[in-house]
Amino acid sequence: MRTYYTWLCIFTTVCTAAAGDVLVALAMRRIGDLGEVRRRHGFFAILVRVFSSGILFGGVFFMAIAFFSNLIGLSWADLSVVGPASAALTFVTNALGARFFLHENVDRRRWLATIFVCLGVLLLTWS
Amino acid sequence: MTLRKYLVILSVVFFGSVGDAFLARGMKHTGAIDIHHLSNVFTALANPFVIVGIFFLLAFMSSYMTALSFADLTYVMPATAISYVVMVLLSIFWLHEHVSPQRWAGVALIVIGVGVVAGGPSRTEHPAAQVPARGLKERV
Repeated sequence: MRTYYTWLCIFTTVCTAAAGDVLVALAMRRIGDLGEVRRRHGFFAILVRVFSSGILFGGVFFMAIAFFSNLIGLSWADLSVVGPASAALTFVTNALGARFFLHENVDRRRWLATIFVCLGVLLLTWS
Repeated sequence: MTLRKYLVILSVVFFGSVGDAFLARGMKHTGAIDIHHLSNVFTALANPFVIVGIFFLLAFMSSYMTALSFADLTYVMPATAISYVVMVLLSIFWLHEHVSPQRWAGVALIVIGVGVVAGGPSRTEHPAAQVPARGLKERV
């Protein structure tokens, strides 16, 4: 039964982490390059833009769910199971989210990099 | 990509990996959380390792947001995966752990993946992205 709960936790972590990453990326794209904003308008302008972004808070909310789900998963199963499974799957779901929701140009180079990193993380942590 | 932007990517790697290490250690101290008492996860927030880990993850979050303001998610994610390699190097030189050939193969794959993505453009140019960011236009 604990295995079932562990995989439920991993599934929740992967989905909410991807939703959080996509929403935060969308918010930061709309806010603009923070270095550029600071140079033109000062540090205070960054704070105003960041704290007035509803999309950003939505992303942080999903990231918080992913964080607690990961903590619960770590308390039920070994880091060697929860770590690689959620990290590797998050790479793939983020690439899909970026492709379909952010309309990023996920070309062959980026898919190749995602797959290499995904397999590398699996080998590294599942030994 | 300027030097400042590479430093932002490096700070994502540093704060993320150190924060995760503190959290993992803190959760080992806290012990298993019962499925019927999920609210007990909040007791973990009293653990000093978890508290330090959260501070590192806040620093990670701010550098991660900065990175996403100038680069695509599909660029930042693989590029910051070099943190896994940093953790292996730390385990060899700091903790004197043995690293198996399988883990070295994982390190090699991650390094190749990071090299592949770092060689490409960091940002997808959308027509909307060429419009000045909100608030810039009216002040110029």
